[in-house]
Amino acid sequence: MKTKTIILLNLLLGLFTLKANSQTPTTFTFPALPYSYDALEQFIDKTTMEFHYDKHFRTYYNNFIKAADANNLNGKSMEEIFTNVSKYPIQVRNFGGGYFNHAMFWEVMSPNGGGMPEGKLLQAIIESFSSYENFVKEFEKAATTLFGSGWAWLAVDDSGKLFIAQLPNQDNPLMDIAPKHGVPILALDVWEHAYYLRYQNKRADYVTNFWKVINWVKVAENYKKTLK
Amino acid sequence: MKHELPKLPYELDALAPVISKQTLEIHYGKHHQAYVNNLNNLIVGTKFENANLETIIQESDGGIFNNAAQIWNHTFYFNTFSPKPQVEPSGKLAEMIIKDFGSLSEFKEKFNKAAATLFGSGWAWLAMDSNGHLDIKQESNAGNPLKNNLKPLITCDVWEHAYYIDYQNRRPDYIQTFWNVLDWKVVEGRL
Ligand SMILES: [Fe+2]
Ligand SMILES: [Fe+2]
Repeated sequence: MKTKTIILLNLLLGLFTLKANSQTPTTFTFPALPYSYDALEQFIDKTTMEFHYDKHFRTYYNNFIKAADANNLNGKSMEEIFTNVSKYPIQVRNFGGGYFNHAMFWEVMSPNGGGMPEGKLLQAIIESFSSYENFVKEFEKAATTLFGSGWAWLAVDDSGKLFIAQLPNQDNPLMDIAPKHGVPILALDVWEHAYYLRYQNKRADYVTNFWKVINWVKVAENYKKTLK
Repeated sequence: MKHELPKLPYELDALAPVISKQTLEIHYGKHHQAYVNNLNNLIVGTKFENANLETIIQESDGGIFNNAAQIWNHTFYFNTFSPKPQVEPSGKLAEMIIKDFGSLSEFKEKFNKAAATLFGSGWAWLAMDSNGHLDIKQESNAGNPLKNNLKPLITCDVWEHAYYIDYQNRRPDYIQTFWNVLDWKVVEGRL
């Protein structure tokens, strides 16, 4: 009985504190890593994953939450925000991108990944790039030749066709500032922090090993969502 | 004109622990060298084939600019350091810093902030305009103040490769310790 009262009191107090700070609780969640830090060793080492997820990603998330509060973004979807990203302060673009892009990156990899895409997705890849091998070549080129920090993307354009994009820093194809708009279905981080501890200056080796861990089931799911 | 990787004015382990031997081996030996090799390949058959670096930086763009500017920036960056640096500015430069920033510590604070907040890859610069006025600049990727007719005096490489082995995500720590190996005598010589 006594414990219940205390819990209730704490709850009320909590509500009061929230109200006193007039803060709306954020609608943006910090996703758990869907595997252990050492699960993707074929591609990336445990230490890098720890820094990347627990430091870089978390910092982007925390900074984005601040930017979201400051710009009344709570309740909006990331798609909605990115569609108007040029109208917001630069923090929304940089930190919102850092949050969304990394969340997607963790999801499109798996310790059981690798192999090849199948079914409709494979068909779409062949239609857009003439062959799977050619797609691999073009994606690797985008990832290795990006000068500075950024991401390589596979995205679906407004007519349903797949395309590869190379975008700087934390930009992504959903953003209104992107040269070509699309819905991303696969992402590869080529900021140096993503690979430097293991590969140093050899970005090309990092890119080659990415294929071993791609979660094609998840990518196919992402693709399916764009078909309507 | 074939561009060459300039020699480092100190041993690879001379700046440790501020900048480790391993970082210098890769930063100088691999990255800097790669920019030299890339530029030599890219200028074949172009109007830049016989141009010096400064001319290429002023007149080119795209891959040629990126590689030329990265050669220049890295040479300038590495040459600023010394294992036995003069730890404070003196004479005319000291006066200029006080005039334009209030004090050495206020200047450092402002420079550190520019270096820490640069989003993505790039360089923080102290540069001087034609009236002798000092200013701090943030430049993305291979950016260089020469392109805006400013005279560079100090630069800090904040590409992650410059500090990731030694400091990982702690860029501000790298920037703080950067001053411990910066030789103000070299900077004064650039005025
Ligand atoms: Fe990242
Ligand atoms: Fe560098």
